[in-house]
Amino acid sequence: MPNRPAFAPQYVSTRHRDETAELGMWVFIATEVLLFGGLILAYCVFRHTYPEAFAAASRRTEIAIGTANTAILLTSSFLVACAVDAFTEETRKICVALLAGAIALGLLFVLLKGVEYAGEYREHLVPGIDFSFDDKFANGAKLFFLFYFVATAIHALHMLIGISLLAVIARLTWRRAPTTRHRAALHSVALYWHFVDAVWIFLFALIYLPGRAS
Amino acid sequence: MNEDNYLNAGYTLRSWFFTTDHKRIAILYFASLIFFFFIGGAAATLIRIELATPQADLVSSDMYNRLFTMHGVIIVWFFLIPSIPNTLGNFIVPLMIGARDLAFPRLNLLSWYLFMLGGCVTLFAIAAGGIDTGWTFYTPFSTLYSNSYVAVAVTGVFIAGFSSILTGLNFIVTIHRLRAPGLTWYRLPLFLWSLYAPSVILVLATPVLAITLVLIVVERLLGVGFFDPRIGGDPLLFQHLFWFYSHPAVYIMILPGMGVINELISCFSRKAVFGYKFVAWASVAIAALGFLVWGHHMFVSGQSLLASLVFSFMSFVVAVPSAIKVFNWTATLHKGSIRFDAPMLYALAFIGLFTIGGLTGLFLACLAYDVHATDTYFVVAHFHYIMVGGMVTAYFGGLHYWWPKITGRLYSEYWARTAAVLIFFGFNLTFFPQFILGAEGMPRRYHVYPPEFQMWNVLSSGGAVILAAAYLLPLVYLAYSLFFGKRAPANPWDAPGLEWQTPSPPPEFNFETQPVVTRPPYQYTPDFRAEPQNA
Repeated sequence: MPNRPAFAPQYVSTRHRDETAELGMWVFIATEVLLFGGLILAYCVFRHTYPEAFAAASRRTEIAIGTANTAILLTSSFLVACAVDAFTEETRKICVALLAGAIALGLLFVLLKGVEYAGEYREHLVPGIDFSFDDKFANGAKLFFLFYFVATAIHALHMLIGISLLAVIARLTWRRAPTTRHRAALHSVALYWHFVDAVWIFLFALIYLPGRAS
Repeated sequence: MNEDNYLNAGYTLRSWFFTTDHKRIAILYFASLIFFFFIGGAAATLIRIELATPQADLVSSDMYNRLFTMHGVIIVWFFLIPSIPNTLGNFIVPLMIGARDLAFPRLNLLSWYLFMLGGCVTLFAIAAGGIDTGWTFYTPFSTLYSNSYVAVAVTGVFIAGFSSILTGLNFIVTIHRLRAPGLTWYRLPLFLWSLYAPSVILVLATPVLAITLVLIVVERLLGVGFFDPRIGGDPLLFQHLFWFYSHPAVYIMILPGMGVINELISCFSRKAVFGYKFVAWASVAIAALGFLVWGHHMFVSGQSLLASLVFSFMSFVVAVPSAIKVFNWTATLHKGSIRFDAPMLYALAFIGLFTIGGLTGLFLACLAYDVHATDTYFVVAHFHYIMVGGMVTAYFGGLHYWWPKITGRLYSEYWARTAAVLIFFGFNLTFFPQFILGAEGMPRRYHVYPPEFQMWNVLSSGGAVILAAAYLLPLVYLAYSLFFGKRAPANPWDAPGLEWQTPSPPPEFNFETQPVVTRPPYQYTPDFRAEPQNA
C-alpha cells in the first residue's frame, strides 16, 4: 500500500467501513439478547413453579429505587439519542454535554443500585451469604433473589462498560473535530446503550412488578 | 514463490503476536490447535490403553474420570469448535471473497488472545488436579459434590466462548459486507455458506452456555443456586440450557467440515457441486433445525414423553438436509474426472464416515432405541464418527488442499495418501467395535468392564494406536515440506476459486487489484491440466 487511505485496506470507503461497524454491533447485540435470554428462561421456569413465593419475594424489593432507576436510564438513553443527532461541527459542545449528562445518569443508576444492594443485605435477602425469609416461601424467594442479584449484577457490569465507552466517545468529541469514524463509533455505542436500557425495562418488570399488580 | 508475501512481511515476534493480518492469526491458531489436539489426543490414548484390559491397571477410577473429562473439554472447546473456522476459515474466507482482510482484524486478534487465555485457565485447572464431571458439567454433581477444579475449568471455557462469539461475529459481518464486486450470495463457494451458518450458531448459542457457566460458578461459590434441588432448584434446567448450546455446537463442528468437502469433491472430480442451492440452503437448514433438537440428549432425564416425541421427530428432520448434502456429493462424483489426490482421499473418507455417523444418529434419534443405548459406547462411537471421522478428517483434507496456498510449499503426495488411508483404517478399527460394545450394553465412562467385552476393546485400543500414529504422520511430512518441500505454484490444483488467483503464499493484502467476479463458482475444466504432485 503506497499511500495509506484513511480507512483499513479491507474497506472500499469510509462509509463502507462505518456501515460494517454498525452491522457488527447489531450482531453483538444478538449475542447479548441470548445471554440475558438464558437467565430470563430460568426466571420464567421458577416463577411458573413458585408463583406465590416469587410474588412475596418481589414485594420485598425496593420499587421506589427500581422505578427511579428506570426513569434515570430512559432519560440517559434519550440524551444519547440527542447526542447522536447533535454530532456535527457546530453543535459539538452540545453533543459532549449531552453525553456527559448520560454518563452522569448512568453513574447515578449504578450508585442507586449499590444503595439498593446495601438495603437488601441489611434485610437478610442475599442468598448464600445472609438470607432469611418467611419459611413458607423461603426456597422460592431464594431463587428469586438469586435471579435478582445475578441479573442486576450482569446488567450493572454492562452499564459500567457502556459508561466507559460513552466517556471515551465524549473525550474524543471534546478534543477533536468530529469525523465519520467517530460518528460510527458513537452510533455503535449508542446502540449498545439503548440495548442495555431495553434489558433493564425487562428486568424491571420481572423483578419489581410481580405481586404488586393486585 | 512470490517475493513479498505475508510470511516474509516481518520477522519479529511483535509482527506475529500483534498482527492483524487474518493469515498470520490463522497461523497462530494452527499452532495453538496442534498443541491442544495433542493434549486431548494424549488423554484419549491413555483412556484406550487403560481399556485394553477389563481390570483397572493403569489409573484409578478417580484419575480415569479426570482423564475423560480432560479429553472432552480440551477436544471440544479447544480443538473441534475453533478447528476449521479459526484456522482454514480465518485464512481462506477473505481470499475466497476477494477481500483484503476480515471486517474486524483487531477483534480477530483479540479472539485469539481470549482463546489462549481460556486455554491457559483450563490447562491450569487440569494441572492443579483436574475436573471429574465429564465435559458436560452435569449438575448437581458439578455444583454441589465434585471436589475437583470445576469453577476454574468452567471459567476457562467461558472465556474461550467469547473468542468463539467474536469469530462468528467477524465471519457474519465479513461475508455480508466484504464480498468482491459481482460475488453474489449464489456465487459464493459453498465453504462460505458452511461457515456462515455455524457462525450464526456461534453468535446465538454460545452466550447461553456462557450464562449457564456463570450460574454454575455462582452456585459453587454461594452454595445455593438455580440447579440446587435442595431449595427447589432444577438440575434438569442445567441440561436444557447446556444442550441448547451444546447440540447446536455439534453443527458448529460439522458444518465447516462439510464446507471443506464441497471444495474438495468438486475440485477433484472437476465438476461444479451438484444442486448448489440445495447444498447451500441445507447448511442454513441444519443450523436452524439444530436449535430445536437439544432434548434428544435428555430422553432418559425425565422430560415429558410429549417433549421427547417432538425432539425425536425434529432430530429425524435434521437428517434430511444432511442427507441432501451426502447425495449431492455423490451426484457430483457421478461422471466426474476423478483424481485420487490426498485431499480427495480425505474427502471420500469423510463421506463414508459421516454417513455411518449420521445413520447411527438416526438410531439414537429413535426414542425407543435411545433409551436402550443412552450412555453406552454406541453413543460414543456415533459422535466420534461425526466429530473425528467427519470433522477431523475434513480438517486434514482442507489442510492438505490449502497447504500449498498457506505455506507456498508442496508436501509429499505419497506420505499424504498413506496417512489418509491409515487414518481411515485406524479410525474404523478404533470406533466400529464401540458400536458393537454399546449395542451389547457396555456403558461409557467406566474403566473396568466384564471380561466378555475384552475382544472388542482390544480391537478398539489397537485401532487407536494406528490412529495415533496416523495423526502424527502429517505433523512430520508437513513440517518437512515447510523446509524442504518444492515451491508451490499459485494454482496447483488448476482451480477457479479466487484464493487460487493470487500467488502462493499470498501477499500481505491478498490481492494486487480488487478481483471482480463474473461467474458462478466451481467452473472447472474437465481435464486436470495441473500435474499431479509427485511422490
